[in-house]
Amino acid sequence: MTETFAYLDEDSKRAVRRTILKALAVPGYQVPFIAPEMPIAYGWGVGGMVVTASLLGADDRLKVTDHGSDETVNAVNIRAFFTRTAGIGTTTRTREATIVQVRQRVPEAELVERQVVVYQVPRPDPLRAFVDSAVEAARMHAHADYGRVYTRLFEEKTGSHGAVQPGYDYPVLVQGRYLMSPSPVPKRDNVRLNDCPAIQIFGAARERRLYALPPYTRVESIAFEDVPFDPGLPEDGRRCVVCGCGESHLDHLLLRDDGMSEWVCSDTECCAERADA
Amino acid sequence: MYVPVKGGEAAIAESRKALARARRGDPAVPELTVAQIREQMRGAVDRVMTEGALYDRDLAALALKQAQGDVAEATFLLRAHRAMLRRMGHSEPLDLSAIRPDRHISATAKELPGGQILGATCDYTHRLLDFSLMGKAAPFPEAASGLDDMPPDFPRAKGEEGEDEPVDITRVPLRPPYGPSETLGHLVRGEEGFLTGLAYTRLRTAGAAHPYVEDLVAGEVEVSVALEDIGLTVSIGDIELTACRMVAPVLDGPRSHLSPGFGVAFGCNERKAVAMAAVDQALKSGLDSELVLAHADGVEAGGYVSHLKLPHYSDFQADLETIRRLAADD
Repeated sequence: MTETFAYLDEDSKRAVRRTILKALAVPGYQVPFIAPEMPIAYGWGVGGMVVTASLLGADDRLKVTDHGSDETVNAVNIRAFFTRTAGIGTTTRTREATIVQVRQRVPEAELVERQVVVYQVPRPDPLRAFVDSAVEAARMHAHADYGRVYTRLFEEKTGSHGAVQPGYDYPVLVQGRYLMSPSPVPKRDNVRLNDCPAIQIFGAARERRLYALPPYTRVESIAFEDVPFDPGLPEDGRRCVVCGCGESHLDHLLLRDDGMSEWVCSDTECCAERADA
Repeated sequence: MYVPVKGGEAAIAESRKALARARRGDPAVPELTVAQIREQMRGAVDRVMTEGALYDRDLAALALKQAQGDVAEATFLLRAHRAMLRRMGHSEPLDLSAIRPDRHISATAKELPGGQILGATCDYTHRLLDFSLMGKAAPFPEAASGLDDMPPDFPRAKGEEGEDEPVDITRVPLRPPYGPSETLGHLVRGEEGFLTGLAYTRLRTAGAAHPYVEDLVAGEVEVSVALEDIGLTVSIGDIELTACRMVAPVLDGPRSHLSPGFGVAFGCNERKAVAMAAVDQALKSGLDSELVLAHADGVEAGGYVSHLKLPHYSDFQADLETIRRLAADD
C-alpha cells in the first residue's frame, strides 16, 4: 500500500495550512478547521498531529514530547508515526528541531525564530469552563465579554464560593483581545508563551478548532492590575534527583519509605543537559 | 380500530429460516467454530460476558456466533440464558491487590510498584489496516521474557466500605436511594457505548472536574466462596478482569479532596472499566443517578427502542386525531 507523505492527502494538508494562516492573522482566535481523521485515537494528540502533518517537509526535523519527555509512550508513538509516514529526521534536541510537537508542557529550552511549536489541545475554548453553550461562548468572545472569567478569579482571591482556577490550563489574554487556552500546561509555563520568537500553533481535532500565536505575540495570564498573576511555583525546596535543579518544573517521582518525596525534571532534554554539565 | 399483531405462523417460520441463512453466509466459506470466536474475538467475547453478566467464554462465543457478531444481541442471549441458572450465592470480595497483571498502568504515578506494564493494548498502535492479516497464517509472535519476574503484589486501596452484603441487582428492584454496590452493579452491566458517551459529556461539560486514571490493571484474579456449612472459604477458580481506579479533584476550600471512582469488567475491556470509573465518580459529584442507572442497561434500552417496530396502530390513530382536532381549531 502506498501512503502519501506524512499520511494525509495534499488537499487536506493545504486546507489545514490555510486555517493556520487565518489563525496566525487573528492571534488567539479559534478558527474552525477540518481535522481529518488520523490513525491515532482522539484525545491522544490528533490535533497536533494534523498540524504537524500539514507543515512537515522532507527537510524538517521533528521533536515530540509528552509532559516534557521524549520517551513517554505517546511521544514515542507519534514520533514513530512521522518517521514511518514522512521519513523525516527526528531529534530530541530543541535547537536541532524545526517543528516541536508537545503535550502539556511548553518547551523549557530556548526557542528561535525558524521554529514552530505545535500544541495538542483537548479543550480549546476557556469559556467552556463557564458556559455549556457553544453559541453563548462565541458571543462572549465576539464581544470580548470575559466578565465571568474575571469574576471567578475575583471570587478565588476573596475566597468566596470556594472558587478556584486550576493550576494548569490557566487562561491567557492574547494581544489584549482574545481569551485563549494555553492547553493544559502548568500555570508557570504561561509566561513562556509570551513574546516567543517561534510560531506557536494549537490544534484541537475533536473540537475542530485551531488557533495560533505569531512570533513575539503579547500573551498575558489573566490577572488584576493590583493583583498580579501567580505562576504557582513550589516553595518546599524540592529538587530534581537526577540533575539537582530546583527551578525547572518537577514531576513527583515517588514517595520514599521515610515519607519524603522524590522529584524529577519534567523536561528530559534540559535535565540531561544539566546532568551532563 | 385496533389491528392486532398478526404475523402468521408460516411467515414467522420463513423469517427464522432467512435469519439462519444470513447467519451462515456463503456456504462455500467454512463455518466459524465457537472455539475460533472464543480465542480470536476476545474483545467481543469479554464485552458480552461483562454486559451479559455471566463469566463463560464458551457461552459468550456461542452467543456471538448465533447473533452474527452483533454484540447487543449476543448480550441479550447470554442474559436470557443466565436467567435460567440457579443463584448459588456470592463470592468473597475479590482481592485486587493479588491480581496477576498482564497490564498495569497509572496516569498519575510515574513510578508504579512493579513498574508500568503495557501488555496487550491497541493504545500504542497506529490504526492502519494490517493487510498481512488478509493472508492465511500469520506467524505466532513470541512474548518478551521477564514479565514473570514482576512482583505480583502491590498495594491498592480497597473498594468502598460500608456494605457487608453485595446487592444483587437482579433480585432488588431499582429504587432510590442507590447504594454503592447497587450503583456499581448497574454500571458494570451497563452498555459500554452509553457509559463512554456519558463519561465524554462529563469531560466536556462546564464546571465538571477532569478525572485521572490512578490505576488501571488487567489480569487474572482468584475467586473464593465461603461455605458456611463447613466454615471454610475455598477457591473456585480464576477469572480475568480489568479494573480501574479513578480520582477527580473536588475543589471546595478546606474541604477540597480527591473523589474516587471505580470501574471493572470481565476479561480485557479497558474502555468499559475507565468509562465506568469516570461515571461512578461523576455520580458522586452530582451526575443524576436516575438518569444513569435507569438508562444504562443495553438490553433494556435496546428492547424498548426496538419495540418501536411493533404495531402502534391505536395510539398512532389517537395522536393523529388529536393533531387534526388541534390544527382545525386554528
